[in-house]
Amino acid sequence: MIDWLTEPWQYEFFRRGILAATMAGALTGLIGIYVVLRRMSYIGHGLSHAILGGTVVGYLANYNFYAIGAIWGAISALMVTGLARTRKIGADAAIGIVTTASYAIGVALISQGNHFTRNFEAAFFGNILGVTSGEVWVLAAVSVAVAITLFFLYKQLLFVTFDVEVAATYGVRTEVVDIVFALVLAAAIIATMRILGVTLIAAAIVTPAVVARLSTDSFGRMLALSTAVGALSGFVGMYVSYHLDIASGATITLTGAAVFAVVYVVGAARGVRRGRGLRLSAR
Amino acid sequence: MEFDGAAFAYGDDEVVVDATFHVGPGAMVGLVGPSGSGKTTLLRALLGQLRPVRGAVRVAGRAVRRRPSGRVGYVPQLETIDWQFPITVAEAVLLGRVNDSGPLPWPRAGDRRDMEELLGRLGIADLAGRHIRALSGGQQQRAFLARALLRRPELVVLDEPTSGLDVTTRQEMLMLLREVNRDGIGIVLTTHDLNGVAAGLPELVCLNRRVIAQGAPEDVFTSEILRETFGSEMIVFRHDGTLITADAPPHVAEHTHHVHLHHGPPHDPE
Repeated sequence: MIDWLTEPWQYEFFRRGILAATMAGALTGLIGIYVVLRRMSYIGHGLSHAILGGTVVGYLANYNFYAIGAIWGAISALMVTGLARTRKIGADAAIGIVTTASYAIGVALISQGNHFTRNFEAAFFGNILGVTSGEVWVLAAVSVAVAITLFFLYKQLLFVTFDVEVAATYGVRTEVVDIVFALVLAAAIIATMRILGVTLIAAAIVTPAVVARLSTDSFGRMLALSTAVGALSGFVGMYVSYHLDIASGATITLTGAAVFAVVYVVGAARGVRRGRGLRLSAR
Repeated sequence: MEFDGAAFAYGDDEVVVDATFHVGPGAMVGLVGPSGSGKTTLLRALLGQLRPVRGAVRVAGRAVRRRPSGRVGYVPQLETIDWQFPITVAEAVLLGRVNDSGPLPWPRAGDRRDMEELLGRLGIADLAGRHIRALSGGQQQRAFLARALLRRPELVVLDEPTSGLDVTTRQEMLMLLREVNRDGIGIVLTTHDLNGVAAGLPELVCLNRRVIAQGAPEDVFTSEILRETFGSEMIVFRHDGTLITADAPPHVAEHTHHVHLHHGPPHDPE
């Protein structure tokens, strides 16, 4: 067992990969709470696709992946936030319109010139084992920046997520909070995109948050739990990937899904037992 | 609080055409009227959520713009709250100090002490750690009143605070609001419950897209004002000193302006 745990650590790619996967899992788990509670679960999926469209443009214009991704992601996130505030449109439709249009630009450009390279393969499917130390540093910096922002914005963000109209009445500058959160979300997606992949990023954002929601009724505990579940999924998923020789993005996602299944089944069993107890005490 | 010829619209639809009334500081006022009469619209205007298309809304002498001027605590309708949201009573109440409790995520000792004291005063001290969904309707109203009071408000605005409550809980809630008002905090609430709530308030504003009347229940509970407010015939009478309103029976409604009240059993028409 000890060998099973220690053996992969002799490889540089694993050490870098497990660090990146754990950090990416914690980061997506942390922001996932706000995404799920704002009923914007598909924002991760949509925004990662939107940013991919932007990076194609950046690639063709010879711009840095992170620079063009940051600008494109921020604009897309702000457009989604702006449209989502319109009562007639709502968050789900706003995500659908903005992100698919942005993604379509990338698809159009790729299809025109056969520019599909390994860079985009990594962005689509994730490439944890090929993650560079520069990408780990970017991820670490974004994680710290996001954590600090959410730390100091905790109360305002909680109020806006709980009830945006009443929050404004109590003096919270809801537009500012929304804009900051949109930028935080875009930054987190850009930093984790090449690690988790566009196709799996939505699961990394949503699953830990849902597991935490099923486990506690306190917002503060939910935040800590979701971050921990995200980090644990990344950590365990990397081990599973190494030992079973399966793509790491998939094992991380499946680890999160397994945790969800266990928590859901245990919760449902408890509910059944509680129901039986109530019926017996009623007799 | 002052509405000066204020009109409000949602899109092209003007829902309140001319609201003009004034309420002094520390008053306790009920906005009464049928559904769609503009009660909630006026509350939203007070809270800065809606701006008048004409006229002005002022609180403490200052025009309300995007946010309420002065310290206003707001208790929304229970139906509008997301009861599945993962938040305990303590967490929800502490949001009342969202902008006044420093930059750290956890509450300061003073805020926590004030919150516990308020919950104790409202009789829900032992429920602080519970999820908001696990409370009864009356306890939920008290929790959100605690959030409003934690803000140290000059005015508390409540949207249908007794809706869905049983008779006893409704009376307890009204008693609590009177107590709060005795501390010098102004109360503005909306209600469509004339006998259970409005009749017990010191001052009423009757609305039906415009202000029909303003005054004590004794002054505004007349068949004429109620007809104009609710668009249907109503009768008003006293029972043991208590003012009671009721829908007029069909045969009375047909003879709209001549209402005769009997204190005995109804006549047998034979």
